[in-house]
Amino acid sequence: MNYYSDHPELKFHLAHPLMKRIVELKEVDYRDKDQYKEAPASLEEALENYDLVMEIAGDVAANIIAPNSESVDEEGPHLEDGRMIYASKTFENLEAMNKAGLNGVSMPRRYGGMNFPIVAFSMLSEIVAAADAGFQNIWSLQSCIDTLYEFGSEDQRQRYIPRICQGATMSMDLTEPDAGSDLQRVMLKATYDDDEQCWRLNGVKRFITNGDSDVHLVLARSEEGTRDGRGLSMFIYDKRTGGVNVRHIEHKLGIHGSPTCELVFKNAKAELCGSTRLGLIKYVMSLMNGARLGIAAQSVGVCQEAYNEAVKYAGERKQFDTVIKDFPAVYDMLTRIKAKLDAGRSVLYMTARYVDIYKNLEDISHERKLTTEERQEQKKYSRLADALTPIAKGMTSEYANQCAYDAIQIHGGSGFIMEYKSQRLYRDARIFSIYEGTTQLQVVAALRYITNGTYLDMMREMDNGDFTAIIEKYADAVEMVKTFDSKEVLDFLGRSLYDMTGNILLAQMLADDASRAPELFGKTSRVFMRLAQSEVERCYAFIKTFRAEDLEDYKNV
Amino acid sequence: MKIIVLAKQVPDTRNVGKDAMTEEGTINRSALSAVFNPDDMNALEQALRIKDANPDTEVSVLTMGPPRAEEIVREGMFRGADKGWLLTDRLFAGADTLATSYALATAIKKLGVPDIIIGGRQAIDGDTAQVGPQVAEKLSLPQVTYAEDVKVNGDVLTITRHIDTGVEVVEVPMPCVVTVTGSAPACRPRNARRTMAEKHCEVMQLSVNDIDGDEQQCGLSGSPTKVKAIQNIVFQAKEVKRLSADEEDIKSLITELQEKKII
Repeated sequence: MNYYSDHPELKFHLAHPLMKRIVELKEVDYRDKDQYKEAPASLEEALENYDLVMEIAGDVAANIIAPNSESVDEEGPHLEDGRMIYASKTFENLEAMNKAGLNGVSMPRRYGGMNFPIVAFSMLSEIVAAADAGFQNIWSLQSCIDTLYEFGSEDQRQRYIPRICQGATMSMDLTEPDAGSDLQRVMLKATYDDDEQCWRLNGVKRFITNGDSDVHLVLARSEEGTRDGRGLSMFIYDKRTGGVNVRHIEHKLGIHGSPTCELVFKNAKAELCGSTRLGLIKYVMSLMNGARLGIAAQSVGVCQEAYNEAVKYAGERKQFDTVIKDFPAVYDMLTRIKAKLDAGRSVLYMTARYVDIYKNLEDISHERKLTTEERQEQKKYSRLADALTPIAKGMTSEYANQCAYDAIQIHGGSGFIMEYKSQRLYRDARIFSIYEGTTQLQVVAALRYITNGTYLDMMREMDNGDFTAIIEKYADAVEMVKTFDSKEVLDFLGRSLYDMTGNILLAQMLADDASRAPELFGKTSRVFMRLAQSEVERCYAFIKTFRAEDLEDYKNV
Repeated sequence: MKIIVLAKQVPDTRNVGKDAMTEEGTINRSALSAVFNPDDMNALEQALRIKDANPDTEVSVLTMGPPRAEEIVREGMFRGADKGWLLTDRLFAGADTLATSYALATAIKKLGVPDIIIGGRQAIDGDTAQVGPQVAEKLSLPQVTYAEDVKVNGDVLTITRHIDTGVEVVEVPMPCVVTVTGSAPACRPRNARRTMAEKHCEVMQLSVNDIDGDEQQCGLSGSPTKVKAIQNIVFQAKEVKRLSADEEDIKSLITELQEKKII
């Protein structure tokens, strides 16, 4: 078993035509090749390297992480004298990932990293999540280092990045009891200690994933008297200096292996990352975009595992002398799972490619001035990435829930029994559409691009003629909502517009993948197209018949 | 410290399908993928653990086989070995355990006898468990079989052996030969950076000539074993005799086996 090579769809996404540009930007004339033996000397070699490393992750996922997942789910982490202790098999997983060298994946080689693009990191995340979604949280939080790399000083990069590449764990400490979706209300206090020439953090953080990590990025209020996001700054807290204790570990419905901690900061020594006041408005936004892509990868991983479980059971279970996968009601469910999986994967890796291109151009711009074309390219892909991220996160996380639900349904009564894996997938998936921004917040983020025509442009650009009718229907729906000229109506109908957007874009991306690999995606792209069409019709009908006064029916019922 | 890991490329008999055997009763190699012999993987892990604890240790992989068996050396390097050699020569082909251990022992003499020679207990294709002990005999080195854990303690190795009634802890001076069971800890995964760096590395190849070997003792000509036929046997033991490990019982067992022409 290998969680990578068993699924040829993954390799397909690593070979996308845009990878040429991504590798070009990432490897800059293959300048590392003489200094680092593992650095590639050509596009082909870079792609070969990604393939080899995916296979390693696929092996670790299938043969270590997945077999440990049940025990980790049962045991969970526990609290001991203010410290979080992982489930025993989680340590095994971490050790395996360290031995495999799968840390600091995205970091430059000069800090000990592998200099891999986000596409590759996302694929590793997907593979790990398929084996154990809770463990993927712990492991993939290493991507917080991207934010430290982007906004930290050179001295901070040199002190922290090599540690992450060696396997030190990370967390992002944002949420507080009164600041969840609304992070502007963060109250954790940062004060400058003149005697020690450092910052001190005091207060409480809550719902912190992997909260007892080695290196924390902490959002705190550095500007006394402020009440909004502009008074918040980002800090680095190193666990070795002490001052932060775990007060409580949450008991959760799912992702049991992933410790969710309540943290108490008592005069904890910390250092500022970047400039004051930019903590939320710049750094956390960047951090969250990366994290949202991580959840999309996690969601796709769980869709894959739900599909695997469902296919296996449906192919073995016989009723009325027939294996149940031959019943229309069952193969319909199975195929829908696969179609959502394939479409989710299409948007996940498309988003990751866009992020790669603009982030790498940004990175290059610190070394030299970008050409006019490069600046335009960066602007284009940055806009595309920002627009696609809420679609990728929202759609795939909802799909993970739907696929896990259907996987249980296919199992019948057995799916309700704890011995089968489907129930864990169902419990684990439930958080995906909540954390790192609920689906409702993804809708809010997407509304901007719905109303300003960004998505419509994307759809029209990708249209090969097969989609013209539904795209025009979509354009019509957007115009109808706009004519209400009401923020409340827009917010209310936002979900319908979002669902239309997501379905059309995903159908188009999957159709594009199918045009290059009909043997992999031919059937599912047609199935997904039908699914998308019916979703578009549903939403269109709802919007078309909606009147502003209908809102009253939804209030105080 | 120097360690040589003996490893073999074998057909993957763990995933045997319908096409695994030819009609003549031999292994259909094209239907089975070639893998690193599982017990040898456990042996490699023991060697790498010794290297973890003693970083100046050099771990090498030695294998014998057709040219494609160089994959075994690379596999070892992906997981942490420093280098390796492939014994490959038409003259080595068709070797039974005697000729194989002759070739391996001769190569080791030529390369320099290391502090530890370690391999898996047995290979999944032949299941003889003879090669390790024969290499030890040919090099006149002490041997410890059925090892589950190997630790360096000054000039000696402290080895935990897996035996029927439990575990046995023994000490053995170096240099020595150790064979490791499949119940020992599994091998660590490939390391990403090592794999990328060594994916196309040149593997040193050694011929009969390179190791100053005697052609007559290599390959088919050095192999007294002749496979007459392969039969599918279902064990149906009618009586069970329990023997102790004392000289007398072992002698009586050997006599009995000889009388029945089993050995």
